[in-house]
Amino acid sequence: MSKQPTASRPSPGSTGASRVAELELDRVTVRFGGLVALSDAALTVRPHTVHGVIGPNGAGKTTLFNVACGFVRPDEGQILRRGEHLTRLRPSDLPGLGMARTLQGLGLFDRVTVLDNVMIGADRHARTGFWASALAWPTSGREERALRERALGALAELGIADLAPLVAGSLPYPLRKKVALARALVGEPELLLLDEPASGLAADEIDDLGELVRGLTDRMAVLLVEHHMDLVMRICDDITVLDFGRVIAHGPPEQVRNDPAVLEAYLGEDV
Amino acid sequence: MQQFINTALGGLTTGMVYAAFALALVLIWRSTRVVNFAQAPMAMVTTFVALAVIDAGFSYWIGFAVALAAGLVLGAIMERGVMRHVQGKGEINAVILTLGLFIVLHAAAAVVFGNDFRSFPAPFGVRGIEVGGRTVALTGFGIFTIIAVLVVMGLLVALFRFTDLGLRMRAAAFNPEVARLLGVRVPRMMTLGWALASLVGSLAGLLIAGGSLIHPSYMDSVVVLGFVAAVLGGLDSPLGAVVGGLLLGVTLAFVSGYLGSQLVALAALLILMIVLMVRPGGIFSTTAARRV
Repeated sequence: MSKQPTASRPSPGSTGASRVAELELDRVTVRFGGLVALSDAALTVRPHTVHGVIGPNGAGKTTLFNVACGFVRPDEGQILRRGEHLTRLRPSDLPGLGMARTLQGLGLFDRVTVLDNVMIGADRHARTGFWASALAWPTSGREERALRERALGALAELGIADLAPLVAGSLPYPLRKKVALARALVGEPELLLLDEPASGLAADEIDDLGELVRGLTDRMAVLLVEHHMDLVMRICDDITVLDFGRVIAHGPPEQVRNDPAVLEAYLGEDV
Repeated sequence: MQQFINTALGGLTTGMVYAAFALALVLIWRSTRVVNFAQAPMAMVTTFVALAVIDAGFSYWIGFAVALAAGLVLGAIMERGVMRHVQGKGEINAVILTLGLFIVLHAAAAVVFGNDFRSFPAPFGVRGIEVGGRTVALTGFGIFTIIAVLVVMGLLVALFRFTDLGLRMRAAAFNPEVARLLGVRVPRMMTLGWALASLVGSLAGLLIAGGSLIHPSYMDSVVVLGFVAAVLGGLDSPLGAVVGGLLLGVTLAFVSGYLGSQLVALAALLILMIVLMVRPGGIFSTTAARRV
């Protein structure tokens, strides 16, 4: 638990209706058989901020992410999106809730073009129902074009519009990462979950990524899991530190950096 | 020479039907990794439905349309009602289940429709058309068969390649986890996949039945041939299924025409064995080549 739980939050007086948390995990516990992957874990993602989750390997970061996007259902505790309880959250609900997630393994469809990859993510805005598009209803052609436009827009925003017609599997890793990010952004989420966005990138690419993520905060909140400590300390407003499935600290970077519990978790005892 | 052409044309026509049937198997295999042995009795049931409609005094075409619609619905029911409950519980469970459905549908059809041979009408002549005073082994119904299969395949290609729904279906088949994350309702896509496959299977059933006799087990030999065609094409590729079906149809027509019709089943299994030994990934084994 945090030493100063309220330090990073806005004071109660400034908490208006619009400041309600984009995502709140409340005392979440996940057990896999006898193993406790998460124990009473809690975090609050404030609107228009970047929230980092760090911790040593096996600390439960990925499990926490999987809870937040419905892959894993917690044994105890609750998930709240803007104050509303998400019971029975399913991954396919995410776009409808204004959430998007990238994966460590990217999960691109390798044999499909970059544009098609991004178009799948743009579907949140597709109004045509299942049967209408199955029967090729006239409106679906227009929807189709609108989807295409939006997908191209998302690619252009990341400066990779020229990749649109290429097959995703043929691209080098950093570009594939950008495609995966474009696919997450195209649904215009208000909460973006990034799973290790910096892994496999070169130093200058990480700097660009940092700027990009900071730039996203005027449109959305970002929750990220990341090992690259420099990046996390630089771009996050709040940081939650996990160790053995427990939250051992949370707060702004400068506070977390000097927290004795964090130093111990990362460096071991008796330093 | 005339026999050669006639044999080839006959083979092409039946090959088209095998292609449709193989395509139905491939559609389900791609999205759920299940070989649907119940495909043949499902098509048999829908053909009996068509016959019931025609016997009730409606035209062939009404019966045809009702059978295809019944195929769509039956496929959806099979997925929703039965297959979904064994999903993720080991691949063999699902395969055994389709074998069970094979037997159940057989028995049910015998009870409902009777265990007799009944003749099924054809909308076009089943006599060879005349070209320059000679009769060619291409019948009006044969031409209809080829066109019907080509049209259905064209529609499927258009669906998968050019529509957003097709894109979501492909996404759900290639990587269900990621597709779910992107808001694709994967279970719904699976239902649709089964429904479409069952529709294509029903078409094959109707085309085989046209102008001949039907019986609760009249589709059984097609299971083997359709499966061989699908494996020839690599089980994963719709195009491969079509090419495999045509190749098989023409090959078996030549075996039947020049070596004797009693050897057809033997030849089909021989082809299956050779393909599995020499090119287990099928003729177009691209996925195997990429797996480095």
